[in-house]
Amino acid sequence: MKVTVTVNGAEVAAEVEDRMLLVHYLREVAGLTATNIGCDTTSCGACTILLDGESVKSCTVLTAQADGHQVVTAEGLASPDGEMHPVQRAFRAEHGLQCGFCTPGMVLAAVSLLRENPHPTEQDVRSGLEGNLCRCTGYHNIVRAVLAAAGETAAQQTAVGEAAQ
Amino acid sequence: MSILGTRVVRTEDPRLLTAGGTYTDDLRLPELAGAGRITFVRSPMAHARITGIDTSAARKAPGVIAVLTASDLDDVPSAGDNPTAEPLLAAGRVRYVGEAVAIVVTEDSYQGEDAAELVSVDYEPLPAVVTIGDALAGSTLLFDGTGSNLAAAGGDPAPDDAFSGCDVVIERRIVNQRLAPVPLEVRAAAARWADGRLTLWVSTQNAQLARGALAGSLGLPEAAIRVIAPDVGGGFGAKIAAERDSIAVAWAAKRLSRPLRWVETRNENLMGMVHGRAQQHIIKIGGTRDGRIRAYHLDLVQDCGAYPRFGPFLATLTKLMASGVYDIGYAGATFRAVVTTTTPVSAYRGAGRPEATAAIERAVDLFAAEIGMDPVEVRRRNVVPPDAFPYTTQSGAVYDSGDYAAALDKVLAAAGYAGLRAEQARRRERGDPAQLGIGVSCYVEITAGDAPLGETSRLVVDATGAATVYTGSSAHGQGHQTAFAMLVSDELGIPMDRITVIHGDTDAVPKGVGTYASRSLQLGGSAVHQAAVEVKDKARDLAAGMIEASEADLEFDVSRGAWQVRGDPETALTLAAIAERAGPDGLVADVDFRPDSPTFPFGAHVAVVEVDTETGKATLIRHVTVDDAGKVLNPVLAEGQRHGGIAQGVAQALLEEMLYDADGNPLTATLADYSAITATELPSFELIGMETPTTVNPLGVKGIGEAGTIGAAPAVQSAVIDAVAHLGVRHIDMPATPVRVWTAIRECYSEPTSEPGPSDPGERSVQMAPAGPSRVSE
Repeated sequence: MKVTVTVNGAEVAAEVEDRMLLVHYLREVAGLTATNIGCDTTSCGACTILLDGESVKSCTVLTAQADGHQVVTAEGLASPDGEMHPVQRAFRAEHGLQCGFCTPGMVLAAVSLLRENPHPTEQDVRSGLEGNLCRCTGYHNIVRAVLAAAGETAAQQTAVGEAAQ
Repeated sequence: MSILGTRVVRTEDPRLLTAGGTYTDDLRLPELAGAGRITFVRSPMAHARITGIDTSAARKAPGVIAVLTASDLDDVPSAGDNPTAEPLLAAGRVRYVGEAVAIVVTEDSYQGEDAAELVSVDYEPLPAVVTIGDALAGSTLLFDGTGSNLAAAGGDPAPDDAFSGCDVVIERRIVNQRLAPVPLEVRAAAARWADGRLTLWVSTQNAQLARGALAGSLGLPEAAIRVIAPDVGGGFGAKIAAERDSIAVAWAAKRLSRPLRWVETRNENLMGMVHGRAQQHIIKIGGTRDGRIRAYHLDLVQDCGAYPRFGPFLATLTKLMASGVYDIGYAGATFRAVVTTTTPVSAYRGAGRPEATAAIERAVDLFAAEIGMDPVEVRRRNVVPPDAFPYTTQSGAVYDSGDYAAALDKVLAAAGYAGLRAEQARRRERGDPAQLGIGVSCYVEITAGDAPLGETSRLVVDATGAATVYTGSSAHGQGHQTAFAMLVSDELGIPMDRITVIHGDTDAVPKGVGTYASRSLQLGGSAVHQAAVEVKDKARDLAAGMIEASEADLEFDVSRGAWQVRGDPETALTLAAIAERAGPDGLVADVDFRPDSPTFPFGAHVAVVEVDTETGKATLIRHVTVDDAGKVLNPVLAEGQRHGGIAQGVAQALLEEMLYDADGNPLTATLADYSAITATELPSFELIGMETPTTVNPLGVKGIGEAGTIGAAPAVQSAVIDAVAHLGVRHIDMPATPVRVWTAIRECYSEPTSEPGPSDPGERSVQMAPAGPSRVSE
């Protein structure tokens, strides 16, 4: 079937098998390999992307289901001038990644989490990331990074609010 | 000011965060254009004879390029007379579920899964040998002509009088369960055969060792092989060198003269990648009522899985480290290593040392409980004293440096041990359903156990002043690029962003060992450091000639990276200028750093758990550690290693276990079944610093990659048991799942039915009547 998916702002159209998973579409058709595959049971979250702004595991979405929708992958998270997203910056500052394999999915899960809950507690962050496995960091610095990013985002919002007044 | 010891954030990260790494399955190289996809056909039987393979239907399926089986393996060297040799594809017999039987090559991976289903293999089942007991019984042998399932054995039994003079002797069987390493990136490889040369891209910790394995398996000279490790998404020991499936990929590419790629599924990974641990222990400990341990013996059986591989070596490491941090009159170990019809067992974070530590820490706790002394006090009275280093153990290990009592005191102070005990007492007093458990472990481990094999480094400073480090060490998350650049920057004053670190490519780094055994910094890092020193010395020699001054009159200004006449900056010659004079290759140093001895990091952990006595669920609420690995190069990286290590130790204590049914079918071969630890099951960790340098290497460093795991598992296990100890529970095997904890509590409410026999897993007090479980009156 013919599908058109907007990936990181650019339309990607292709003829695909009905059964093709979105993660394979991103990796093999769109050529974007930051989205990783770590399991086959929707357990690890390495393939997490934003679909119309919400985090989903792209190994559990058929490409057909994303037809006509918007996808953001790790490659599309930084601003066009290359400035990293606050969550990406926080992951670096807090050493929230080691081997990096879970990182794209983890960062996008965190972005989605902070959109839903801009002021999470540590337990909120831990619960919010339960569906994303990391084997290297023990989650310690990932949690710190997400909390730091929340603080940074909150500080920016305050600054913007004050400026508006 | 030196950059060493400071918190430098990783230079690796921007790429990993914004573009993602380039892991093996991410490669989009022209050399791999049109590569066929490999799908393995794997055994669904634990043990069976293969009586026929029909590939005709698969060959006709859409997109199929080839189907290969053991009968095609006519171009690889024979295994000779090694009865336990492991073929690249099962030949006539399968020995574990997941063993590779055939290779299907297709244009794309979806076609591969379809076609693999069409390969029809006839199996004639043989009895499965699932447990250590089955293996030792020997009624079914895995390998013809071997006479038993024993792959190795060693060690001397305890002398007859070893336990005489003890007031108390306790003996118990405990299990150190089988785990799956679960790197987030599964196994993957891509191979190309062109112009008589093989290139294998593979997710490995050791490109050079992988090249050696390929050369041996395929009968090729090493010069005809290039191995490249792209970004590697975690290894934890399970990606040492290259194992049979990756080698089979290389063989198939050569056989078909076509580039091929392979990435397994997680389900395949949990059956086909090696497992870890899988030991059964009988611990025997004796001492006097004043808290002094007089004798300790560990009798262990290592389950090697279907092929011996690394299993026997793991057992010897456990034996070597059996006595832990303690100075005991008699301490020894015996081991047997057996084969079973299960996934092969190999190195996994700690590799033999977590097992040794778990065994003796459990024994010390049992001894403390038996004599009614605080387990902390028992440890204090028995650890090797600080003035005893270097300390040679009865197994022959030479502990280089340490202060075990200081580590224990520091961690107890940080945890607020007395306060925790008081809180525990209050909860016990009021019969709180949420009971508090406090577990303490002390550990010492061995890192760079193969230190004399050393590690290589080549450092080049070019005429632009930029440096390139070629290291035989190989990162898969540890941060070598940052750490090794720090070493060069510190010595030569070259800015971090002008230093490139290259590893994991046998053409760029022909000689090297790679990363395992927590060896990277102490060997690879020392090699880099030494290369920087040598480059600096060479530069001085050249500068002396250029300035026409005596070498003795020169000084190095590290802030500018320049040699100059002492006190005369006008004469300064930068490394760039000197490198230009040095010739087209620039300033170069080649180092193979080979120290005589390994190092022995140590530490102490305190785990605090809450156990819901109504459901048996244990929750880790605090974890406090002192992990002393000598001098710390970069606290950010060292802490990261500790965090990850702790998590994997907690995972073993509470959650993770690879399980098989009686027929040898894996029950936990997906991540929906294997309970890899998540963020919700862990607290933030409390890390306390302690640095006792070693003199074994110039940096004063030891390994930190595995320490967290080694210390954490026994502390958490002990904490769970401690939480319900007042109910009469003395032991719960790992993982302390809710059902196990709940069952242990329940058993304390029922009368003991019989005296435990020799084959009973229960504890027995040899020289005193077993104390009945204390009762709790409600």
